Amino acid sequence: MQIYLPIADMPVNIFLVLGMGLAVGYISGMFGIGGGFLMTPLLIFIGVTPAVAVASVASHIAASSFSGAINYWNRRAIDVPLALMLLSAGILGTATGVWLFTELRALDQLDLMIGLSYVTLLTVVGAMMIYESLRAVVRARKGMPATLRRPGSHTWVHGLPIKVRFKRSKIYVSAIPVWGIGFLIGFVGAIMGIGGGFLLVPMLIYFLRVPTATVIGTSMVLTLVTMASATVMHAATNHLVDAVLALILMVGGVVGAQFGARTGQKMRGERLRLLLGVLVFAVGLRFAYELVASPDDLFSIRHVGVE
Amino acid sequence: MMRRFALTFFIAMLAWDATPAAAERLVVSLSNHRVAITSSFVGEDLVLFGTIEPDAGKTTLRPGYDLVVTVTGPLQTLRTRRKQRVLGIWVNVDSREFVRVPSYLAILSNRPASQIAPLDTLRRLQVGLDNFLLPQRIGPDLADTVRDDPFRLAFVRLENQQRLYSEIGTAVTFLTPTVFRAAIPLPSNVPTGNFAIDVKLFADGAMVARTNTALEVTKTGFEQYVADAARDNGLLYGLATMLMALLTGWIASVVFRRD
Repeated sequence: MQIYLPIADMPVNIFLVLGMGLAVGYISGMFGIGGGFLMTPLLIFIGVTPAVAVASVASHIAASSFSGAINYWNRRAIDVPLALMLLSAGILGTATGVWLFTELRALDQLDLMIGLSYVTLLTVVGAMMIYESLRAVVRARKGMPATLRRPGSHTWVHGLPIKVRFKRSKIYVSAIPVWGIGFLIGFVGAIMGIGGGFLLVPMLIYFLRVPTATVIGTSMVLTLVTMASATVMHAATNHLVDAVLALILMVGGVVGAQFGARTGQKMRGERLRLLLGVLVFAVGLRFAYELVASPDDLFSIRHVGVE
Repeated sequence: MMRRFALTFFIAMLAWDATPAAAERLVVSLSNHRVAITSSFVGEDLVLFGTIEPDAGKTTLRPGYDLVVTVTGPLQTLRTRRKQRVLGIWVNVDSREFVRVPSYLAILSNRPASQIAPLDTLRRLQVGLDNFLLPQRIGPDLADTVRDDPFRLAFVRLENQQRLYSEIGTAVTFLTPTVFRAAIPLPSNVPTGNFAIDVKLFADGAMVARTNTALEVTKTGFEQYVADAARDNGLLYGLATMLMALLTGWIASVVFRRD
Protein backbone atom coordinates (compact mmCIF):
# COMPACT_ATOMS: atom_id res chain seq x y z
CA MET A 1 0.00 0.00 0.00
CA GLN A 2 1.51 3.29 -1.12
CA ILE A 3 1.25 6.50 0.87
CA TYR A 4 2.50 9.93 -0.24
CA LEU A 5 4.87 11.70 2.16
CA PRO A 6 4.08 15.44 2.25
CA ILE A 7 7.58 16.74 3.12
CA ALA A 8 9.75 14.08 1.51
CA ASP A 9 7.58 14.59 -1.63
CA MET A 10 7.48 10.93 -2.62
CA PRO A 11 5.23 7.89 -2.20
CA VAL A 12 6.49 4.97 -0.10
CA ASN A 13 5.18 1.53 0.70
CA ILE A 14 3.68 1.88 4.18
CA PHE A 15 4.46 -1.74 5.14
CA LEU A 16 8.08 -1.45 4.08
CA VAL A 17 8.59 1.62 6.27
CA LEU A 18 6.66 0.00 9.13
CA GLY A 19 8.89 -3.07 8.84
CA MET A 20 12.03 -0.93 8.90
CA GLY A 21 10.72 0.80 12.04
CA LEU A 22 10.05 -2.59 13.68
CA ALA A 23 13.48 -4.00 12.86
CA VAL A 24 15.44 -0.94 13.95
CA GLY A 25 13.18 -0.54 17.01
CA TYR A 26 13.90 -4.13 18.05
CA ILE A 27 17.65 -3.51 17.86
CA SER A 28 17.38 -0.19 19.67
CA GLY A 29 15.35 -1.70 22.51
CA MET A 30 17.71 -4.63 22.83
CA PHE A 31 20.90 -2.57 23.13
CA GLY A 32 19.46 0.63 24.53
CA ILE A 33 20.61 2.68 21.57
CA GLY A 34 18.63 5.05 19.36
CA GLY A 35 19.35 3.22 16.12
CA GLY A 36 19.80 6.40 14.08
CA PHE A 37 23.03 5.07 12.60
CA LEU A 38 20.95 2.23 11.09
CA MET A 39 17.71 4.02 10.21
CA THR A 40 19.15 7.07 8.43
CA PRO A 41 21.11 5.00 5.84
CA LEU A 42 18.05 2.74 5.35
CA LEU A 43 15.80 5.71 4.54
CA ILE A 44 18.36 7.18 2.16
CA PHE A 45 18.51 3.76 0.50
CA ILE A 46 14.75 3.80 -0.26
CA GLY A 47 15.05 7.26 -1.81
CA VAL A 48 14.36 9.78 0.99
CA THR A 49 16.76 12.73 0.75
CA PRO A 50 19.48 12.67 3.44
CA ALA A 51 18.31 15.96 5.00
CA VAL A 52 14.70 14.77 5.43
CA ALA A 53 15.91 11.35 6.63
CA VAL A 54 18.12 12.80 9.38
CA ALA A 55 15.42 15.24 10.53
CA SER A 56 12.58 12.68 10.57
CA VAL A 57 14.63 9.92 12.21
CA ALA A 58 15.20 12.21 15.21
CA SER A 59 11.50 12.06 16.14
CA HIS A 60 11.39 8.30 15.54
CA ILE A 61 14.27 7.84 17.98
CA ALA A 62 12.57 10.14 20.48
CA ALA A 63 9.48 7.89 20.44
CA SER A 64 11.48 4.64 20.71
CA SER A 65 13.66 5.90 23.53
CA PHE A 66 10.68 7.35 25.45
CA SER A 67 8.89 4.01 25.32
CA GLY A 68 12.12 2.27 26.39
CA ALA A 69 12.82 4.83 29.11
CA ILE A 70 9.37 4.27 30.68
CA ASN A 71 10.10 0.55 30.67
CA TYR A 72 13.43 1.06 32.44
CA TRP A 73 11.93 3.66 34.79
CA ASN A 74 9.39 1.11 36.02
CA ARG A 75 12.26 -1.28 36.71
CA ARG A 76 14.12 1.48 38.62
CA ALA A 77 16.97 1.14 36.12
CA ILE A 78 17.55 4.86 35.46
CA ASP A 79 20.12 6.97 37.29
CA VAL A 80 18.46 10.41 37.09
CA PRO A 81 21.27 12.57 38.60
CA LEU A 82 23.80 10.95 36.25
CA ALA A 83 21.50 11.53 33.23
CA LEU A 84 20.98 15.20 34.20
CA MET A 85 24.71 15.76 34.60
CA LEU A 86 25.45 14.20 31.20
CA LEU A 87 22.67 16.30 29.64
CA SER A 88 23.96 19.63 30.99
CA ALA A 89 27.23 19.10 29.08
CA GLY A 90 25.46 17.42 26.14
CA ILE A 91 23.51 20.58 25.29
CA LEU A 92 26.76 22.56 25.09
CA GLY A 93 28.25 19.84 22.86
CA THR A 94 25.22 19.94 20.53
CA ALA A 95 25.50 23.70 20.14
CA THR A 96 29.21 23.39 19.26
CA GLY A 97 28.41 20.56 16.83
CA VAL A 98 25.69 22.55 15.04
CA TRP A 99 28.13 25.44 14.63
CA LEU A 100 30.83 23.19 13.09
CA PHE A 101 28.18 21.51 10.89
CA THR A 102 27.31 24.88 9.33
CA GLU A 103 31.00 25.74 8.82
CA LEU A 104 31.70 22.41 7.08
CA ARG A 105 28.66 22.72 4.84
CA ALA A 106 29.97 26.04 3.60
CA LEU A 107 33.12 24.21 2.46
CA ASP A 108 30.95 21.72 0.44
CA GLN A 109 32.71 18.69 1.93
CA LEU A 110 30.16 17.84 4.61
CA ASP A 111 29.21 14.48 3.04
CA LEU A 112 32.83 13.34 3.08
CA MET A 113 33.34 14.50 6.66
CA ILE A 114 30.20 12.65 7.79
CA GLY A 115 31.32 9.52 5.91
CA LEU A 116 34.80 9.63 7.43
CA SER A 117 33.50 10.22 10.96
CA TYR A 118 31.07 7.30 10.60
CA VAL A 119 33.85 4.98 9.41
CA THR A 120 36.35 6.02 12.08
CA LEU A 121 33.92 6.02 14.99
CA LEU A 122 31.99 2.88 14.11
CA THR A 123 34.96 0.66 13.22
CA VAL A 124 37.08 1.78 16.19
CA VAL A 125 34.25 1.58 18.75
CA GLY A 126 32.96 -1.67 17.22
CA ALA A 127 36.40 -3.32 17.25
CA MET A 128 37.00 -2.25 20.86
CA MET A 129 33.67 -3.65 21.96
CA ILE A 130 34.24 -6.95 20.15
CA TYR A 131 37.70 -7.31 21.69
CA GLU A 132 36.56 -6.50 25.22
CA SER A 133 33.43 -8.67 25.15
CA LEU A 134 35.27 -11.63 23.61
CA ARG A 135 37.77 -11.47 26.47
CA ALA A 136 34.90 -11.33 28.93
CA VAL A 137 33.25 -14.34 27.27
CA VAL A 138 36.53 -16.30 27.42
CA ARG A 139 36.98 -15.37 31.10
CA ALA A 140 33.47 -16.53 31.85
CA ARG A 141 34.18 -19.86 30.11
CA LYS A 142 37.26 -20.38 32.24
CA GLY A 143 35.17 -19.79 35.33
CA MET A 144 36.83 -16.47 36.16
CA PRO A 145 34.74 -13.48 37.30
CA ALA A 146 33.13 -11.68 34.36
CA THR A 147 34.25 -8.23 35.48
CA LEU A 148 37.40 -6.95 33.84
CA ARG A 149 38.88 -5.46 36.99
CA ARG A 150 38.14 -6.27 40.55
CA PRO A 151 36.01 -3.72 42.39
CA GLY A 152 38.21 -1.14 44.03
CA SER A 153 40.80 -1.07 41.26
CA HIS A 154 41.34 2.46 40.03
CA THR A 155 42.35 4.05 36.71
CA TRP A 156 43.48 7.62 36.11
CA VAL A 157 39.82 8.55 35.61
CA HIS A 158 39.21 7.88 39.28
CA GLY A 159 42.05 10.15 40.32
CA LEU A 160 40.34 13.29 39.00
CA PRO A 161 38.87 15.87 41.41
CA ILE A 162 35.23 17.03 42.03
CA LYS A 163 33.98 13.62 43.06
CA VAL A 164 30.27 12.93 42.94
CA ARG A 165 28.38 9.93 44.27
CA PHE A 166 25.64 8.41 42.09
CA LYS A 167 23.60 6.26 44.43
CA ARG A 168 21.55 4.22 41.99
CA SER A 169 24.56 3.28 39.88
CA LYS A 170 26.62 2.75 43.05
CA ILE A 171 29.58 4.69 41.64
CA TYR A 172 31.71 7.50 43.08
CA VAL A 173 33.43 9.34 40.23
CA SER A 174 34.76 12.73 39.25
CA ALA A 175 32.32 15.08 37.46
CA ILE A 176 34.97 15.93 34.83
CA PRO A 177 34.73 12.69 32.78
CA VAL A 178 30.91 12.77 33.12
CA TRP A 179 30.80 16.26 31.59
CA GLY A 180 33.41 15.26 29.00
CA ILE A 181 31.37 12.27 27.84
CA GLY A 182 28.15 14.30 27.78
CA PHE A 183 29.81 17.03 25.68
CA LEU A 184 31.30 14.52 23.24
CA ILE A 185 27.97 12.72 22.74
CA GLY A 186 26.12 15.99 22.11
CA PHE A 187 28.86 17.14 19.71
CA VAL A 188 29.08 13.91 17.72
CA GLY A 189 25.29 13.60 17.61
CA ALA A 190 24.89 17.03 16.02
CA ILE A 191 27.63 16.40 13.44
CA MET A 192 26.58 12.88 12.44
CA GLY A 193 22.83 13.16 12.99
CA ILE A 194 22.69 10.30 15.47
CA GLY A 195 21.61 9.97 19.10
CA GLY A 196 24.99 8.60 20.11
CA GLY A 197 23.64 5.75 22.26
CA PHE A 198 26.05 3.19 20.80
CA LEU A 199 28.95 5.42 21.92
CA LEU A 200 27.45 6.41 25.24
CA VAL A 201 26.74 2.89 26.52
CA PRO A 202 30.34 1.59 26.16
CA MET A 203 31.80 4.87 27.47
CA LEU A 204 29.66 4.75 30.59
CA ILE A 205 30.66 1.13 31.13
CA TYR A 206 34.39 1.45 30.52
CA PHE A 207 35.23 4.91 31.83
CA LEU A 208 32.71 5.41 34.61
CA ARG A 209 32.07 1.73 35.48
CA VAL A 210 28.32 2.31 35.43
CA PRO A 211 26.77 -1.12 36.11
CA THR A 212 24.84 -2.85 33.32
CA ALA A 213 21.66 -2.52 35.39
CA THR A 214 21.41 1.26 35.00
CA VAL A 215 23.54 2.00 31.92
CA ILE A 216 20.91 1.37 29.23
CA GLY A 217 18.06 3.19 30.97
CA THR A 218 20.27 6.21 31.68
CA SER A 219 21.53 6.27 28.12
CA MET A 220 17.93 6.20 26.86
CA VAL A 221 17.02 9.30 28.87
CA LEU A 222 19.93 11.14 27.28
CA THR A 223 18.93 9.94 23.79
CA LEU A 224 15.31 10.95 24.43
CA VAL A 225 16.13 14.53 25.42
CA THR A 226 18.68 15.14 22.63
CA MET A 227 16.45 13.65 19.92
CA ALA A 228 13.28 15.42 21.12
CA SER A 229 15.08 18.76 21.04
CA ALA A 230 16.68 17.86 17.68
CA THR A 231 13.18 17.26 16.25
CA VAL A 232 12.04 20.73 17.31
CA MET A 233 15.28 22.35 16.10
CA HIS A 234 15.17 20.63 12.69
CA ALA A 235 11.50 21.55 12.21
CA ALA A 236 12.01 25.17 13.24
CA THR A 237 15.14 25.83 11.15
CA ASN A 238 15.14 23.51 8.11
CA HIS A 239 11.39 22.63 7.84
CA LEU A 240 12.43 19.11 6.88
CA VAL A 241 10.68 16.90 9.45
CA ASP A 242 8.17 14.65 7.67
CA ALA A 243 5.51 13.96 10.31
CA VAL A 244 3.81 11.24 8.24
CA LEU A 245 7.09 9.38 7.70
CA ALA A 246 7.98 9.89 11.37
CA LEU A 247 4.62 8.51 12.54
CA ILE A 248 4.94 5.30 10.49
CA LEU A 249 8.52 4.83 11.69
CA MET A 250 7.69 5.45 15.34
CA VAL A 251 4.68 3.12 15.40
CA GLY A 252 6.94 0.34 14.09
CA GLY A 253 9.79 1.52 16.30
CA VAL A 254 8.02 1.52 19.66
CA VAL A 255 6.51 -1.93 19.09
CA GLY A 256 9.89 -3.32 18.04
CA ALA A 257 11.63 -1.65 20.99
CA GLN A 258 9.32 -3.37 23.49
CA PHE A 259 10.24 -6.82 22.20
CA GLY A 260 13.87 -5.85 21.83
CA ALA A 261 14.09 -4.67 25.44
CA ARG A 262 12.79 -8.06 26.67
CA THR A 263 15.30 -9.97 24.57
CA GLY A 264 18.06 -7.69 25.79
CA GLN A 265 17.25 -8.20 29.47
CA LYS A 266 17.37 -11.98 29.06
CA MET A 267 20.83 -11.92 27.52
CA ARG A 268 24.13 -11.84 29.38
CA GLY A 269 25.92 -8.51 29.42
CA GLU A 270 29.06 -9.57 27.57
CA ARG A 271 27.07 -11.43 24.89
CA LEU A 272 24.95 -8.30 24.36
CA ARG A 273 28.07 -6.14 24.07
CA LEU A 274 29.63 -8.59 21.61
CA LEU A 275 26.53 -8.51 19.39
CA LEU A 276 26.36 -4.71 19.48
CA GLY A 277 30.09 -4.54 18.75
CA VAL A 278 29.67 -6.75 15.68
CA LEU A 279 26.71 -4.66 14.48
CA VAL A 280 28.51 -1.34 14.95
CA PHE A 281 31.66 -2.69 13.30
CA ALA A 282 29.68 -4.07 10.33
CA VAL A 283 27.95 -0.74 9.70
CA GLY A 284 31.35 0.97 9.94
CA LEU A 285 32.76 -1.40 7.30
CA ARG A 286 29.73 -0.72 5.10
CA PHE A 287 30.49 3.01 5.20
CA ALA A 288 34.19 2.34 4.56
CA TYR A 289 33.26 0.24 1.52
CA GLU A 290 31.12 3.10 0.19
CA LEU A 291 34.02 5.53 0.46
CA VAL A 292 36.56 3.22 -1.19
CA ALA A 293 34.56 1.21 -3.77
CA SER A 294 34.08 2.64 -7.24
CA PRO A 295 30.63 4.27 -7.26
CA ASP A 296 28.03 3.16 -9.84
CA ASP A 297 27.73 6.73 -10.97
CA LEU A 298 30.48 9.30 -10.65
CA PHE A 299 27.94 12.09 -10.98
CA SER A 300 25.27 13.17 -8.52
CA ILE A 301 22.78 16.03 -8.36
CA ARG A 302 22.19 18.31 -5.41
CA HIS A 303 19.36 20.82 -5.12
CA VAL A 304 20.69 24.32 -4.65
CA GLY A 305 17.49 26.34 -4.73
CA VAL A 306 13.96 26.60 -6.03
CA GLU A 307 13.15 29.68 -8.07
CA MET B 1 5.52 54.05 -51.46
CA MET B 2 8.30 51.59 -51.99
CA ARG B 3 9.67 52.36 -48.52
CA ARG B 4 6.30 51.84 -46.90
CA PHE B 5 5.96 48.53 -48.69
CA ALA B 6 9.39 47.49 -47.49
CA LEU B 7 8.50 48.46 -43.91
CA THR B 8 5.22 46.54 -44.06
CA PHE B 9 7.08 43.58 -45.43
CA PHE B 10 9.65 43.85 -42.65
CA ILE B 11 6.95 43.97 -39.98
CA ALA B 12 5.23 41.04 -41.62
CA MET B 13 8.51 39.13 -41.50
CA LEU B 14 8.91 39.93 -37.81
CA ALA B 15 5.36 38.79 -37.15
CA TRP B 16 6.02 35.63 -39.14
CA ASP B 17 8.99 34.88 -37.00
CA ALA B 18 7.01 35.29 -33.80
CA THR B 19 3.81 33.56 -34.85
CA PRO B 20 4.44 31.66 -38.03
CA ALA B 21 2.33 31.51 -41.15
CA ALA B 22 -1.25 31.85 -40.09
CA ALA B 23 -2.50 29.13 -42.41
CA GLU B 24 -3.15 26.67 -39.59
CA ARG B 25 -4.48 27.15 -36.13
CA LEU B 26 -3.97 24.80 -33.18
CA VAL B 27 -6.79 24.17 -30.73
CA VAL B 28 -5.75 22.13 -27.67
CA SER B 29 -7.43 20.97 -24.51
CA LEU B 30 -5.95 19.28 -21.46
CA SER B 31 -7.76 16.45 -19.67
CA ASN B 32 -7.02 18.09 -16.32
CA HIS B 33 -5.52 21.51 -15.60
CA ARG B 34 -5.07 20.92 -11.91
CA VAL B 35 -3.32 17.79 -10.68
CA ALA B 36 -3.96 17.18 -6.99
CA ILE B 37 -1.38 15.34 -4.91
CA THR B 38 -3.26 13.34 -2.31
CA SER B 39 -2.01 10.70 0.12
CA SER B 40 -2.55 8.02 -2.52
CA PHE B 41 -0.73 9.89 -5.32
CA VAL B 42 1.56 7.59 -7.30
CA GLY B 43 1.89 9.65 -10.47
CA GLU B 44 -0.63 10.45 -13.17
CA ASP B 45 -0.88 10.44 -16.94
CA LEU B 46 -2.46 13.55 -18.42
CA VAL B 47 -3.88 13.65 -21.91
CA LEU B 48 -3.70 16.64 -24.21
CA PHE B 49 -6.20 16.62 -27.09
CA GLY B 50 -6.04 18.94 -30.03
CA THR B 51 -7.01 19.63 -33.60
CA ILE B 52 -5.36 21.39 -36.49
CA GLU B 53 -7.77 23.84 -38.08
CA PRO B 54 -7.44 25.95 -41.20
CA ASP B 55 -7.26 29.62 -40.35
CA ALA B 56 -9.95 32.06 -41.48
CA GLY B 57 -10.00 32.47 -45.22
CA LYS B 58 -7.96 29.34 -45.88
CA THR B 59 -9.60 26.02 -46.46
CA THR B 60 -6.82 23.69 -47.48
CA LEU B 61 -4.57 21.84 -45.07
CA ARG B 62 -1.25 20.24 -45.82
CA PRO B 63 -1.08 16.47 -46.14
CA GLY B 64 1.41 15.66 -43.36
CA TYR B 65 2.00 17.30 -39.98
CA ASP B 66 4.37 16.75 -37.07
CA LEU B 67 3.62 17.82 -33.55
CA VAL B 68 5.93 18.54 -30.60
CA VAL B 69 4.63 19.15 -27.08
CA THR B 70 7.09 20.59 -24.53
CA VAL B 71 6.07 20.50 -20.87
CA THR B 72 8.25 22.42 -18.40
CA GLY B 73 7.90 22.46 -14.62
CA PRO B 74 8.85 25.22 -12.15
CA LEU B 75 12.45 26.46 -12.51
CA GLN B 76 15.12 25.48 -10.03
CA THR B 77 18.89 25.56 -9.63
CA LEU B 78 20.76 22.27 -9.34
CA ARG B 79 24.37 21.29 -8.90
CA THR B 80 25.88 18.31 -10.70
CA ARG B 81 28.93 16.96 -8.90
CA ARG B 82 31.62 14.59 -10.12
CA LYS B 83 33.52 12.18 -7.90
CA GLN B 84 37.19 11.35 -8.25
CA ARG B 85 39.46 9.08 -6.26
CA VAL B 86 41.71 11.04 -3.89
CA LEU B 87 44.04 8.99 -1.65
CA GLY B 88 41.89 5.90 -2.24
CA ILE B 89 38.64 7.61 -1.27
CA TRP B 90 35.96 8.85 -3.65
CA VAL B 91 35.48 12.59 -3.18
CA ASN B 92 33.37 15.18 -4.98
CA VAL B 93 36.07 17.18 -6.71
CA ASP B 94 34.26 19.09 -9.41
CA SER B 95 30.78 20.54 -9.87
CA ARG B 96 28.69 22.61 -12.26
CA GLU B 97 25.64 24.61 -11.37
CA PHE B 98 22.64 24.45 -13.70
CA VAL B 99 20.84 27.73 -13.14
CA ARG B 100 17.08 28.16 -13.47
CA VAL B 101 16.45 24.94 -15.37
CA PRO B 102 13.04 23.19 -15.39
CA SER B 103 12.44 20.80 -12.51
CA TYR B 104 10.35 18.75 -14.96
CA LEU B 105 10.86 18.57 -18.71
CA ALA B 106 9.00 16.38 -21.18
CA ILE B 107 9.49 16.69 -24.92
CA LEU B 108 6.79 14.65 -26.63
CA SER B 109 6.38 14.15 -30.37
CA ASN B 110 4.74 11.86 -32.92
CA ARG B 111 8.11 10.71 -34.26
CA PRO B 112 11.74 11.22 -33.19
CA ALA B 113 12.64 14.92 -33.21
CA SER B 114 15.57 14.41 -35.59
CA GLN B 115 13.14 13.30 -38.33
CA ILE B 116 10.81 16.29 -37.91
CA ALA B 117 13.00 19.24 -38.90
CA PRO B 118 16.61 20.13 -39.72
CA LEU B 119 18.98 20.41 -36.76
CA ASP B 120 19.28 24.21 -36.81
CA THR B 121 15.49 24.57 -36.63
CA LEU B 122 15.33 22.08 -33.76
CA ARG B 123 18.05 23.99 -31.94
CA ARG B 124 16.41 27.36 -32.44
CA LEU B 125 13.07 26.05 -31.18
CA GLN B 126 14.67 23.92 -28.42
CA VAL B 127 13.10 20.69 -29.63
CA GLY B 128 14.67 17.59 -28.07
CA LEU B 129 16.64 17.17 -24.84
CA ASP B 130 19.90 17.71 -26.74
CA ASN B 131 18.66 21.04 -28.04
CA PHE B 132 16.96 22.35 -24.91
CA LEU B 133 18.80 25.24 -23.27
CA LEU B 134 20.26 24.23 -19.91
CA PRO B 135 22.29 27.24 -18.75
CA GLN B 136 25.31 26.54 -16.56
CA ARG B 137 27.14 29.03 -14.40
CA ILE B 138 30.53 29.49 -16.03
CA GLY B 139 32.48 32.08 -14.10
CA PRO B 140 30.30 35.17 -13.94
CA ASP B 141 28.30 34.17 -17.04
CA LEU B 142 25.42 31.83 -17.74
CA ALA B 143 25.65 29.73 -20.87
CA ASP B 144 24.71 26.36 -22.24
CA THR B 145 27.65 24.21 -23.24
CA VAL B 146 28.22 21.84 -26.13
CA ARG B 147 25.82 18.89 -26.33
CA ASP B 148 28.43 16.31 -25.34
CA ASP B 149 29.69 18.20 -22.27
CA PRO B 150 30.09 15.47 -19.61
CA PHE B 151 28.27 17.46 -16.91
CA ARG B 152 25.35 18.21 -19.21
CA LEU B 153 25.13 14.57 -20.30
CA ALA B 154 25.27 13.38 -16.68
CA PHE B 155 22.66 15.93 -15.60
CA VAL B 156 20.19 14.92 -18.32
CA ARG B 157 20.87 11.21 -17.68
CA LEU B 158 20.30 11.51 -13.92
CA GLU B 159 17.12 13.56 -14.38
CA ASN B 160 15.97 10.98 -16.92
CA GLN B 161 16.56 8.17 -14.39
CA GLN B 162 14.41 10.12 -11.93
CA ARG B 163 11.77 10.25 -14.70
CA LEU B 164 11.82 14.05 -14.45
CA TYR B 165 13.34 14.67 -17.88
CA SER B 166 12.07 12.70 -20.84
CA GLU B 167 11.95 12.76 -24.60
CA ILE B 168 9.33 10.44 -26.04
CA GLY B 169 9.12 10.22 -29.81
CA THR B 170 5.89 8.21 -29.72
CA ALA B 171 3.85 10.10 -27.12
CA VAL B 172 1.83 12.04 -29.68
CA THR B 173 -0.69 10.08 -31.75
CA PHE B 174 -2.63 11.39 -34.74
CA LEU B 175 -6.17 9.99 -34.49
CA THR B 176 -7.07 11.51 -37.87
CA PRO B 177 -4.72 13.58 -40.04
CA THR B 178 -5.84 16.68 -38.07
CA VAL B 179 -6.83 15.36 -34.61
CA PHE B 180 -4.12 14.37 -32.15
CA ARG B 181 -3.65 13.28 -28.59
CA ALA B 182 -0.51 13.51 -26.45
CA ALA B 183 0.15 11.55 -23.25
CA ILE B 184 1.98 13.57 -20.58
CA PRO B 185 3.50 11.28 -17.94
CA LEU B 186 3.71 12.90 -14.48
CA PRO B 187 5.82 10.65 -12.20
CA SER B 188 5.15 10.23 -8.47
CA ASN B 189 8.06 12.55 -7.62
CA VAL B 190 6.67 15.37 -9.82
CA PRO B 191 7.47 18.81 -8.35
CA THR B 192 4.59 21.06 -7.32
CA GLY B 193 3.91 24.38 -9.00
CA ASN B 194 2.93 25.79 -12.38
CA PHE B 195 3.78 23.91 -15.57
CA ALA B 196 3.91 25.43 -19.03
CA ILE B 197 2.85 23.40 -22.05
CA ASP B 198 4.11 24.55 -25.41
CA VAL B 199 2.62 22.93 -28.53
CA LYS B 200 4.42 23.34 -31.87
CA LEU B 201 3.11 22.22 -35.24
CA PHE B 202 5.57 21.37 -37.99
CA ALA B 203 5.04 20.79 -41.70
CA ASP B 204 7.77 20.09 -44.23
CA GLY B 205 10.48 20.67 -41.64
CA ALA B 206 9.30 24.12 -40.53
CA MET B 207 7.12 25.33 -37.68
CA VAL B 208 3.72 26.44 -38.97
CA ALA B 209 1.69 27.00 -35.82
CA ARG B 210 2.24 27.26 -32.10
CA THR B 211 0.05 27.51 -29.02
CA ASN B 212 0.39 27.05 -25.30
CA THR B 213 -1.54 26.07 -22.24
CA ALA B 214 -0.75 25.50 -18.59
CA LEU B 215 -1.15 23.04 -15.79
CA GLU B 216 -0.85 23.24 -12.03
CA VAL B 217 0.35 20.53 -9.65
CA THR B 218 -0.69 21.14 -6.05
CA LYS B 219 -0.87 19.26 -2.80
CA THR B 220 -4.40 19.06 -1.43
CA GLY B 221 -6.17 18.15 1.77
CA PHE B 222 -4.03 16.57 4.47
CA GLU B 223 -0.79 16.66 2.43
CA GLN B 224 -1.20 20.40 1.85
CA TYR B 225 -2.08 21.01 5.50
CA VAL B 226 1.06 19.21 6.71
CA ALA B 227 3.33 20.86 4.12
CA ASP B 228 1.94 24.34 4.93
CA ALA B 229 2.27 23.80 8.68
CA ALA B 230 5.87 22.62 8.33
CA ARG B 231 6.76 25.67 6.24
CA ASP B 232 4.80 28.42 7.98
CA ASN B 233 4.82 27.30 11.63
CA GLY B 234 8.05 25.33 11.92
CA LEU B 235 8.40 25.61 15.69
CA LEU B 236 4.78 24.63 16.45
CA TYR B 237 5.00 21.82 13.90
CA GLY B 238 8.19 20.55 15.53
CA LEU B 239 6.65 20.68 19.02
CA ALA B 240 3.57 18.84 17.73
CA THR B 241 5.76 16.16 16.12
CA MET B 242 7.73 15.80 19.36
CA LEU B 243 4.50 15.44 21.39
CA MET B 244 3.28 12.87 18.85
CA ALA B 245 6.53 10.95 19.38
CA LEU B 246 6.19 11.03 23.18
CA LEU B 247 2.53 10.01 22.98
CA THR B 248 3.35 7.09 20.66
CA GLY B 249 6.12 5.94 23.00
CA TRP B 250 3.86 6.24 26.06
CA ILE B 251 0.95 4.37 24.42
CA ALA B 252 3.31 1.55 23.45
CA SER B 253 4.65 1.21 26.98
CA VAL B 254 1.08 1.13 28.37
CA VAL B 255 -0.13 -1.38 25.79
CA PHE B 256 2.84 -3.68 26.28
CA ARG B 257 3.03 -3.38 30.08
CA ARG B 258 3.13 -6.76 31.73
CA ASP B 259 2.72 -6.80 35.47
